[in-house]
Amino acid sequence: MAKTLVQEFTKGLWAEIPPFRLVLGLCPTLAITNTLENAYGMGIAVTFVLTFSNVLISALRKIIPPKVRIVAFIVVIATFVIVVELVMQAYTYALFLKLGIFIPLIVVNCIPMGRAEAFAAKNGMVRSALDGLGLGLGYTIALSVLATFRQIIATGALTVYETPITLFGPAFEPFRFLVEAPGAFICLGLMLGLMNILGKK
Amino acid sequence: MREIIYMVVVLTGISLASGGLLAALREGTQERIDQQVLEFVKGPSVRAVFKDAANDPIATRFQLKDGPTVRTFFVGEIEGAFRGVALEAAGKGYKGEIGLVVAIDTQTGNVIGINVTTHSETPGLGAKAKTDPAFAAQFNGVPVSGPAKVTKDGGSINAISGATITSRAVAGGVSNAFTVYERLKPQIEQKLKEIRK
Repeated sequence: MAKTLVQEFTKGLWAEIPPFRLVLGLCPTLAITNTLENAYGMGIAVTFVLTFSNVLISALRKIIPPKVRIVAFIVVIATFVIVVELVMQAYTYALFLKLGIFIPLIVVNCIPMGRAEAFAAKNGMVRSALDGLGLGLGYTIALSVLATFRQIIATGALTVYETPITLFGPAFEPFRFLVEAPGAFICLGLMLGLMNILGKK
Repeated sequence: MREIIYMVVVLTGISLASGGLLAALREGTQERIDQQVLEFVKGPSVRAVFKDAANDPIATRFQLKDGPTVRTFFVGEIEGAFRGVALEAAGKGYKGEIGLVVAIDTQTGNVIGINVTTHSETPGLGAKAKTDPAFAAQFNGVPVSGPAKVTKDGGSINAISGATITSRAVAGGVSNAFTVYERLKPQIEQKLKEIRK
């Protein structure tokens, strides 16, 4: 059954939301969701790469010879990743320093690669654009939810833009464990469990 | 055979387009990125050595050719005059280079302050060159006429205990800055005059 264009977009927000349902792109999900700013910064970077690489790969899908398609996909994805990297260096250097290695690592992130292979190489440009945008936004939302939860409980503050905003009075006891690496695994596990309960009808 | 040629042509085309786009973007963002690197990487150190300066030393800067290299100098306004210059230098540490910013008062010919920008020294030992302000503070007021030396080498700088190589490297780096300063002194003073106007 063919999906409508709207469904192509919205599936990324719930039914195929990348880290929780597809369980893809977990490396940055675990590593950088310690502040909200990092999370949506990463999400926006991935959304950009995903949308543009999807469109371009879809446009070139009849030209790219099947035997070398993976190489071609990687070149396209890597190009957009470097675009993001340069733009971030030029305009949001502080965020670039915090996300560090995870920006170049978008190249080997399974989401852009997976969508290129599984979707953009088989569908038209409009559908591919909507698919990329939807999944990218879904990824951003997922990271932000996880980061909000972790940061509030672990530090009692939330970083929306550069400076953290303290939410509670001095009586709040920060639970630092959640911004450490093991805390990330536990939070992700809880989120996956929650998604499974919600998805069970 | 035809298939192979086709694959090569397509991949070459994609790579060429990608390379062209990135080169153009690199060209376009270069200046802003350099600015950001100055601000975030060297900025804290330059501001630290010029903590009493009345101006923004990052914004007041000039470049001079020193042989094949181009050096950046940051200017600090001290006691109402643009007389402080900070330059970058490096010394060979225990594990790789130690990057330094050295600020010199052009009127008295003494060091205003030094600050370590980058290093890969041992945490807790050599890393104190950056984290322990008392070590760096020993360089304040040292005259640029002679090389800075640790006490073991007959100088005035007390080495960080357990990190003689690091301490020597910092002293050596500071001395390198002195040599550069002495070599370029006429040009530096010329530039400072232009800034005063």
